[in-house]
Amino acid sequence: MKATPTNTSDMRMVLIFSVVVLLMPIWLQPFGAAYPDLMQKFAIFGLFAIGFNILFGQTGYLSFGHAAFIGVGSYATVWVFKGLTMNIFPAILFGTLVSGAFALAIGYVCLRRTGIYFSILTLALAQMSYNLAYSVLTPITNGETGLQLSLDDARVLDDPIKEGGGIPPTNLFGLELQAFDGLAGFYICAAFLILGFYIAMRITRSPFGSMLRGIKTNNNRMMYTGLNTRPYALAAFVISGMYAGLAGSLMAAVDPLAGAERMQWTASGEVVLMTILGGVGTLVGPVLGATVIKYFENIFSAIDKSVLADLYSFLPDGLADVFVTVTGLFVGKGWHLTLGLMFMLVVIFLPGGIMEGVERIRRRFSKQEESN
Amino acid sequence: MTKKSSDLSRRSLLKGTAAATAATAVAPSIFVPNATAAGAFRNDPGNSSTVTLGFNVPQTGAYADEGADELRAFKLAVKHLNGEGDGGMMQTMQPMNLKGNGILGKKVEFVTGDTQTKSDAARASAKRMIEKDGVIMFSGGSSSGVAIAVQSLAQEMGTVFMAGLTHSNDTTGKDRRRYGFRHFFNAHMSGASLAPVLEAEYGRDRQVYHLTADYTWGWSQQESIAKFTKSQAGWNTVADVRTPVGAGDFSQYITPILNSGADVLVLNHYGKDMVNSLTQAIQFGLRDKQVNGKDFQIVVPLFSRLMAQGAGENIKGILGSTAWNWKLSDAGSQAFTKAFGQEYGFPPSQAAHTCYCQTLLYADAVERAGTFNPEQVIRALEDHEFDGMGNGKTLYRGSDHQAFKDVLVVRGNQNPSSQFDLLEVQDIVPRDKVTYSEDTYPGDLGPYKV
Repeated sequence: MKATPTNTSDMRMVLIFSVVVLLMPIWLQPFGAAYPDLMQKFAIFGLFAIGFNILFGQTGYLSFGHAAFIGVGSYATVWVFKGLTMNIFPAILFGTLVSGAFALAIGYVCLRRTGIYFSILTLALAQMSYNLAYSVLTPITNGETGLQLSLDDARVLDDPIKEGGGIPPTNLFGLELQAFDGLAGFYICAAFLILGFYIAMRITRSPFGSMLRGIKTNNNRMMYTGLNTRPYALAAFVISGMYAGLAGSLMAAVDPLAGAERMQWTASGEVVLMTILGGVGTLVGPVLGATVIKYFENIFSAIDKSVLADLYSFLPDGLADVFVTVTGLFVGKGWHLTLGLMFMLVVIFLPGGIMEGVERIRRRFSKQEESN
Repeated sequence: MTKKSSDLSRRSLLKGTAAATAATAVAPSIFVPNATAAGAFRNDPGNSSTVTLGFNVPQTGAYADEGADELRAFKLAVKHLNGEGDGGMMQTMQPMNLKGNGILGKKVEFVTGDTQTKSDAARASAKRMIEKDGVIMFSGGSSSGVAIAVQSLAQEMGTVFMAGLTHSNDTTGKDRRRYGFRHFFNAHMSGASLAPVLEAEYGRDRQVYHLTADYTWGWSQQESIAKFTKSQAGWNTVADVRTPVGAGDFSQYITPILNSGADVLVLNHYGKDMVNSLTQAIQFGLRDKQVNGKDFQIVVPLFSRLMAQGAGENIKGILGSTAWNWKLSDAGSQAFTKAFGQEYGFPPSQAAHTCYCQTLLYADAVERAGTFNPEQVIRALEDHEFDGMGNGKTLYRGSDHQAFKDVLVVRGNQNPSSQFDLLEVQDIVPRDKVTYSEDTYPGDLGPYKV
């Protein structure tokens, strides 16, 4: 993206992105990842990472507390399910707005500092929110057990449950998210992902986006020209907080439960990893990073010794055992190890993330074309 | 921006919409629609020669030891169902409809997952099993928070969940579900069985300090123990302090006890948490103290041999309750202990016992129902009475899906004969002493058909 992006090339990118996302149920099949729950996670965490990248990639403010907004979004959403209606539209709207307001408060405090101090402040506030959700606010969050729906919730806007009926499923104006074996839920998440991607692109290309990159490049110089940069940074913080809130809301929409652990600092660290792995400041990178990490977490962690034994069954017995033992360290419980190694390799050899790798390959090919 | 480019974007948007519609039209056809046709159910094994079960246990976190033992038991149960090994409890359970040729003639296979003792991770793992691996039933869990979270998922997805180790009253109380079954005992039963023994051993009118794991199980156990010791022996609760799961260091919670005026400490902790809190309480010299003219006592209401192993010397003489112990002399317990010992070289824990029983009970119910259809399997399990599985005659009550059976009161062994002989059975409390009416903890099971 070093070449000046034009409207046409941007639209082409959105189009390709949409097609790739929408066709996930087909092209993910060979990877064993084409089941609704995981694809929903790809879309939701992709959205989360895109939003995080608006703050980190554009302004350079590294927030270590973004998971707090996911949690706030989830709790707000589940409360709408409990109190008002199982239609996800008002719930998601409310969840996103509440986390936006929460981000405004946190951002107002944290953006007084920059660099490492900003990171520490966000980390501290997010960890405080986690502990509040975990114990102090138990009446609102149901503590460690997590906030769940129950049959006797009010749901004032919905029709009363029929005698002997269960908890109604979440729906979007009547379309159940469980419909078509969960694919309805995936396509709703995918639609939000594409919309979020498009908005992030428009922000990046706008004068407001240039202002954000100005903050990243040299905040002092911006200040010397007489500009107050803080409102811009705060706006970016709130926008990315709302993206996280939307992700949290969607999480609650496809699986109506909100647990405190999704606010923990490890979850905040995860989105930083996703963004760096994919490529900071790029548009597609964060989504790629999110997909890779969630794939590892769900697929690699489920591979066990017997699967490996099947895989190496063509080798002679002794050799197969050695292979199973050695690779066994990197799958199953050891999936973090594989991810860590990959992360190191990417950071050392491709500091710009996976997107830099893609870019290098593309440049090599185009050079060859020129020489031809 | 020129007119041309905006034209282009509109056209590409149209293309995008077309692609999206095409994708939506194509995509559902690659999934087998499960819950749509009448009489059909999710993950019907149909004509396949195998059937898959899912075992979702904590492999990391504070309850990982229990999870590892649960997994061993599941693997053993699958072996026995497939007719390998000596059959274990299949020789003793009554009634018995299993033939040692899998379930309904289909060979049993299994997949495993890690709950990480977190509700989110457990549900993600369970969803993977149901949506990707096509399991017909899943089991496991070592935390009530997790069990309740995946149990409600089981109801949403229409897949039977045979709960493993979960001890909170809520699992079959306010959070009971039609698709969830619990063979393990619960906090109410612990309270009912422990209180008389505690009164006899430590006397009446004591001042009690509770340290409680801060989630549904801890709350529920604290409530039950306080209720029963109050009504039975007039014990008074001085304080109930909540501690986070996996805290590691409990010293900050233990120091205040010394000056609280309490003369009994109840540790509502489990797994590594209990090992740590008990060890630290003893290091702080609590048991050597005299308060209110009485010896200071520590009670651990939910005991397990794995925890006793972790706590070592410190467990000696401490009272608690447990669902099952490998030293029980009935034929079912003996057969299971023998099979487990031959396979792994050491005796099973109570978590292993309940998971093993749950797998066999599910398989037996499928055989009796003659189908994998969860509606019929659930009806076969409800109000089913069985024997020969270690705790005497047991009833799976249909109104709340709780199994009612004998409960053990145990004491940390003063003179263990081996590293596994850590608990001595103080008292076997019969089933009717711990049975309670079904509306004690009101809840709603929900529908059979989802």
